[in-house]
Amino acid sequence: MLIKRPADISSSEITEKSIYFSRRKFIQAVAGTALATAGSLAAETDVHAQQPAPHGRKLATRPSPLSTTEAPNSWSHITTYNNFYEFGTSLHEPAANARDFKPEPWTITVEGECARKGTLDLEDVLRGETLEDRIYRHRCVEGWSMVIPWVGFPLASLIKKCEPTSRANFVSMTTFYDPMRMPGQRAPVLTWPYVEGLRMNEAMHPLTILAVGLYGEVLPNQNGAPLRLVVPWKYGFKSIKSIVKIAFVEKEPINSWKRVASNEYGFYANVNPAVDHPRWSQATERRLPSLYKTMKTLPFNGYGEQVAGLYGGMDLRKFY
Amino acid sequence: MTANRTVRWLLKPVVFILALVPASLLTHHLITGNLGADPLAEITNRTGLWALRFLAFTLAITPLRRLSGWNEVIRFRRMIGLFAFFYGSLHLGVFVIADRLASLGFPSPVSSQTIRDLAVSIATEVYKRPYIAVGFTSWLIMFALALTSTTGMIRRLGGRRWQALHRLVYVGAVAGVVHYWWSVKADVRDPRMYAVVMTVLMAFRIVLWMRTGARSHAQSLGRRAVAGR
Repeated sequence: MLIKRPADISSSEITEKSIYFSRRKFIQAVAGTALATAGSLAAETDVHAQQPAPHGRKLATRPSPLSTTEAPNSWSHITTYNNFYEFGTSLHEPAANARDFKPEPWTITVEGECARKGTLDLEDVLRGETLEDRIYRHRCVEGWSMVIPWVGFPLASLIKKCEPTSRANFVSMTTFYDPMRMPGQRAPVLTWPYVEGLRMNEAMHPLTILAVGLYGEVLPNQNGAPLRLVVPWKYGFKSIKSIVKIAFVEKEPINSWKRVASNEYGFYANVNPAVDHPRWSQATERRLPSLYKTMKTLPFNGYGEQVAGLYGGMDLRKFY
Repeated sequence: MTANRTVRWLLKPVVFILALVPASLLTHHLITGNLGADPLAEITNRTGLWALRFLAFTLAITPLRRLSGWNEVIRFRRMIGLFAFFYGSLHLGVFVIADRLASLGFPSPVSSQTIRDLAVSIATEVYKRPYIAVGFTSWLIMFALALTSTTGMIRRLGGRRWQALHRLVYVGAVAGVVHYWWSVKADVRDPRMYAVVMTVLMAFRIVLWMRTGARSHAQSLGRRAVAGR
């Protein structure tokens, strides 16, 4: 007989569809293509090899001239000291409470003043994007700082795809909400879900990225998986995590921390050594894991050359 | 062993060693680098919390004594109170060194200029930040009580005056809780728990004073009644 019977494949051997189509692989595939275009990987291997993540889910990335040359903090420090109130208000809680969070499947709703409204899968968001290593300084409003090797792509790239209208003055973003999966949301510490926003020219700035990775690996849950904002010249709370909604709006949105204490946290939240938090000075910072607040905090977290122009004529003491 | 000697030679040393456990663990974790990404925040939080806990322990002595009838427990009060001062001083010391002295860029600590700058820098923070002001108040009270905690000082001040002074511990405890409450960003659940504990401990005294007040009033009425007969 010429026609052979196909070999029996037990159902257990068939890769589950969900795994086959998992976003991780998709990210890798997309990024792989991007890498082929981008070429060189040489400079990047250093940072990636420095701190291999325990899960080992690699992303293909290319270096960015926007990265700092400062030494990044360790993987363990970046992933065990997180302000992510959705997983607990103490900084070491998110690492434990987010362990079993499954950031997949993941969709992002685009709405408001734009032509391309609708719901996107994470895969759609990442399609055609080149993932870059962006090693940024990260300054928390609490007075500590780290250097973090993010992996991401410019928010501007996604915004362009959404075709915002001329009435889109601000971008508002919202974090995933489900108290069953994010236990921190069971307590009324903040008004849930978490909301943040940027003025349009801030959102379009090349330094502003959506991050999907850390140290060349898929972003850990406690750092805002699967998709988070990173705005390096602003205090950390502006960089909203686990984003599920992007809305183009005419009026300045009220961000969560401003809502809870507007005398302490504003909308702009640009890193500014001249404007103290009411309870502590912002003139200096602790570059973790240092014990001492000896490092001078720079205006716009040291990114003033690139971003100070966005705020020409604005009183940054008033718009803190 | 008599009850007296049991307390003195066995129970007190045991409590003393137990009270040093948090400080020892903290030192151990600091030396071995086990305090995570932000060791300073960890040290600050833990020393502050232990100061509050020991304040609560001292305030729990009287209720414990009344409820259990175990009068010997009063003999632990001074030591436990001094441990509240010990942890409070560590907490303040961390702020003075890692925050204030560091912000001056760690100048030589032996010069009088440094001491003056440091004093100005601490005073400015205390003046500018209400939560630091109340925390500092709490420490000052504990400092005064620690200074006057010796048997010699009790004798010198006289029991009544000494007791009046040491009632300041209630103010110190309230100031400590307020300091904690005002220091958190948004989540007041833990400070609230401490506030509840302190309130219960103080409410116990109010009930006690009302009862003894009523009783002595009744007694004096009784005496008058007898005298009038």
